[in-house]
Amino acid sequence: MNRDRAIRTLLPALAFLAALAAWEAIVRINHIPPVILPAPSLIGATLVKDWPTLSGSLVVTLSITLEALVAATVGGTLLALLFAQWRPLEYTFFPFTVILQVTPVIAIAPLLLVYLTPGEAVLVCSFLVAFFPILANTSLGLTSVDHNLLDLFQMYRASSWRQLLWLRIPAALPYFLGGLRIGGGLALIGAIVAEIAAGSAGEGAGLAFRIVESGYRLNIPRMFAALVLISVSGVAIFVCTTTLSWLLLHRWHDSARRREP
Amino acid sequence: MAAPLPAARAVANATGDAPSAPAREPLARLAQVGKTFQNGVEALRAVDLEIRRGEFLSLLGPSGCGKSTILRLLAGLANPSLGRIDWPATEHDLGFVFQEPTLMPWANVFDNVWLPLRLQGQSRATARPRVEEALAQVGLSGFDRAYPRELSGGMKMRASIARALATRPALLLMDEPFAALDEITRMKLNDDLVALKCELNATVVFVTHSVFESVYLSDRIVVMAPRPGRVVAEVAVPAPQPRNEDFRLRAEYAELCRETSRALHRAMGAEPAGGETGSQ
Repeated sequence: MNRDRAIRTLLPALAFLAALAAWEAIVRINHIPPVILPAPSLIGATLVKDWPTLSGSLVVTLSITLEALVAATVGGTLLALLFAQWRPLEYTFFPFTVILQVTPVIAIAPLLLVYLTPGEAVLVCSFLVAFFPILANTSLGLTSVDHNLLDLFQMYRASSWRQLLWLRIPAALPYFLGGLRIGGGLALIGAIVAEIAAGSAGEGAGLAFRIVESGYRLNIPRMFAALVLISVSGVAIFVCTTTLSWLLLHRWHDSARRREP
Repeated sequence: MAAPLPAARAVANATGDAPSAPAREPLARLAQVGKTFQNGVEALRAVDLEIRRGEFLSLLGPSGCGKSTILRLLAGLANPSLGRIDWPATEHDLGFVFQEPTLMPWANVFDNVWLPLRLQGQSRATARPRVEEALAQVGLSGFDRAYPRELSGGMKMRASIARALATRPALLLMDEPFAALDEITRMKLNDDLVALKCELNATVVFVTHSVFESVYLSDRIVVMAPRPGRVVAEVAVPAPQPRNEDFRLRAEYAELCRETSRALHRAMGAEPAGGETGSQ
């Protein structure tokens, strides 16, 4: 068991290091100039050298992503609860949420920039893409309750409030967490796409703007360094949402069940 | 039809430790009850049925004969289209056991059994003695912190029965509760149910499609026919309760199984009342 776990950690780590080493070797052996393809070592050095600039941008992008995710979680969950408690509301407004979802955010961003400051527009774009999966999943969860359990609550004359609190919400939790995991990843993507569209420089410049800016200046190592930070942010969000999901579900839900080999 | 043996009842009351309550007071009465679903399917037609306090009543019939519909009507989960259901007794708390255990997977066994009491407004502390008593009655003492997925199929069903018993219901409704279990577990649960029923002097309406199960468990078997669902025969099982393995070996048991089987076969071959062909 322990050995199995060690191999599971070791193998991907080794593969990753091997890929980096190969990359480094190819760049050095072929004398590829950094402006075409920088070596990993140079990207690392750039990350350290440009940290004051990049860290500021990281904070900007991450805080926008998290704000959007929190807003999408609160908004999506509340709307799903309203939809579940009052179905006419769902029939009325669900099409609007679908329209917002299927319209690519990159197409909405320029329009939002007409009405909002770049920072606000980025936040709204990020919110829009994260909102729908949370709403749709939570809605599905709130309505996919075991019919026998609903009958049981009806037989014991449970109020609809208690039915929601003790039955629908716990039943919807795995669905909501699935939506949160998708929404977390999408919030970052939404923020990055909107930053590129907004192109805001100076104080409020996020990581995506650093990539665009470095591209114009042919500062390819810095492009890669910013890219690394975006990837790391995405992984961090994924780890957080997955951990949250595990913490809440591992006692009872099959998705978190570890199967004996 | 076998003539009910009053002597058998007298023996049951004398030997069983259950209080000799006035066993035949009606608890619920269905009068000319008909049920037609919204899709036009006639599930029940002109059903007259009396449920008497303290009896174990089985509803036996092929699928689609409206057995489960009767339980849903009794539970108040559906309303009859025709006729009415009377409750002569003042208190009629119900317990319902479904074909599946139907436990809340996010709640442990204690919280699942607590649910009916919690819905009545009892706090965890107030409900604890009653929940633990119900768990002891079904043989699940010490499993209160287990989650449903950690239990076997039979234990899940026991937890489900404990939940139904939590409110000390006057009437326990069971909808093919053991149909999904293996034979060995089912026989064990049948024995435990018989013992529990006598201990609590409970009234049980038990839906099943097994002739053997119904004869083993019941005081009275109501045989139903499908399309439209209706009552076609009634078989009294006068053997004393509680029964045990020996009962299965007795000639009386075999004879009652044969009689019930014949009634069931007649029911399945029978034309619908009024000579109509039932629309499906």
